[in-house]
Amino acid sequence: MDAIQMNLLEQVAGLHEIPAGAYNLRINGKAEGRNSSANIDIVPKEDKPGIDIIVKPGTKKESVHIPVLLSQTGLHDLVYNDFFIGDDCDITIVAGCGIHNDGSKTTSHEGIHSFHLGKNARLKYVEKHYGKGDGMGDNVMNPTTICELDENSYMEMETVQIRGIDSTKRVTKAKIGDGATLIIKESIMTHGKQFAETDFAVDLDGENSSTHVTSRSVARDKSRQLFISHVNGNNKCAGHTECDAIIMDDASVSAVPEISANHLEASLIHEAAIGKIAGEQLTKLMTLGLTEKEAEEEIINGFLK
Amino acid sequence: MLELRDISYSVDDNGTRKDILKHINLKVDERFVAITGPNGSGKSTLARMIAGIIAPTEGRILFDGVDITETGITNRAKMGISYAFQQPVRFKGLTVKDLIRLAAGTKLSVADACEYLSEVGLCARDYINREVNASLSGGELKRIEIAMILARSTKLSVFDEPEAGIDLWSFNNLIKVFENMYEKINGSILIISHQERILNIADKIIMLADGEVKAVGTKDEVLPELLGGSGVCRKIVQ
Repeated sequence: MDAIQMNLLEQVAGLHEIPAGAYNLRINGKAEGRNSSANIDIVPKEDKPGIDIIVKPGTKKESVHIPVLLSQTGLHDLVYNDFFIGDDCDITIVAGCGIHNDGSKTTSHEGIHSFHLGKNARLKYVEKHYGKGDGMGDNVMNPTTICELDENSYMEMETVQIRGIDSTKRVTKAKIGDGATLIIKESIMTHGKQFAETDFAVDLDGENSSTHVTSRSVARDKSRQLFISHVNGNNKCAGHTECDAIIMDDASVSAVPEISANHLEASLIHEAAIGKIAGEQLTKLMTLGLTEKEAEEEIINGFLK
Repeated sequence: MLELRDISYSVDDNGTRKDILKHINLKVDERFVAITGPNGSGKSTLARMIAGIIAPTEGRILFDGVDITETGITNRAKMGISYAFQQPVRFKGLTVKDLIRLAAGTKLSVADACEYLSEVGLCARDYINREVNASLSGGELKRIEIAMILARSTKLSVFDEPEAGIDLWSFNNLIKVFENMYEKINGSILIISHQERILNIADKIIMLADGEVKAVGTKDEVLPELLGGSGVCRKIVQ
């Protein structure tokens, strides 16, 4: 790995070196390192690019890192990763993609991730997207996440995209089984002329299934954001989606919520709020000695934290 | 320390001029000064003007002899003016610890932040990592607001009706906070209040009505008149 790639690795995975335990490192479209552990098997796919990650039932307190780094301009990387999390597991998966594009061509990454959670399994999935580079070429990321949650399983998905991604379309689809829960927390900040779209579709199929989707975003400059969510309550279930956006400068943000109850015992809530930073918030922080600019930064950092 | 010279403030009310403050002359040098008066008398306007949030239509404001009339909010804060809002602001995402850290203006240990919270009667462990959002009650927010002013520890601390929106039980504790503050604070406290118990600990009371100073003096001079005496103040009380 060179210095640029090391920096990307730190940004998307918080790592300063090759991680211990199970990992798969993909650089410029090629596998650059892979390690399975006693309980976690990482197997390359034979029919298409990507890997299968198989976690043995009952595996606890282990983590898997699967960072993707792109530093070659004009590269279009497509990868299919399937995760099979056995019954009763409790693990963390850290994915993330960093693009450093100094060239004039578009560099893109499309990651299609499918999660299959066994009974009573718990998974924390963290995904960070980061882009850098001085070239005119765009950094594009289009992640698709598909989740199937079996009985009483629990998945928490945390996605962060703060800088440098010119265009993104994030699609998340989930089917939630009996007693299972899916929590999604999304933080996005767009600037310049960037565009970000997120599209969540959650089917609450199981009895006592639940989901809570929280999206917090900041749109600056001339950037645009589109938030779409569909939650279908098909059984006795609870669903809550929240979209909260701060709009600045000449940006635009749209929120398109849809909740559908197809069962008498389905309880669904959607909240959406878009607005500029409240003047009172700025004033309060200025009375603590911050400049208007510093106050703005603190408010945004806190909001996206 | 703080001097208001011939301060007036008027706004445009559907084409007609409405005078909110009229030729106010005041000096704050004592340790604890209270401003009282009926609703709509211009008290909060005065507090916001001292903090630099609104500018006077006429007159000058001096702080330690320096004319700060044209000085902005940030610089006044840096010079040593603190201002506790009557209605504290909520922030999604910022925690109690974040706000106290910003108020203190330095990297603050959790232990230090906890001390300020304990001072205002909040169990620090329960609050330090809470978001300052709609999940906090009005009374909790007021206490956090006061803790921020303690953390700033500036020459002048202005409180706009700290008792507003606080239940009676909490209010008794709040009085203790101000009594303690009176003992400990390095600078001056300027407090807007309707509460007799707060007025009781003030070195000087300023009575404001209809945008004018109607009385200035010690509690012995001003309180009897305020609580049933004659003249203007009686009319106001009624």
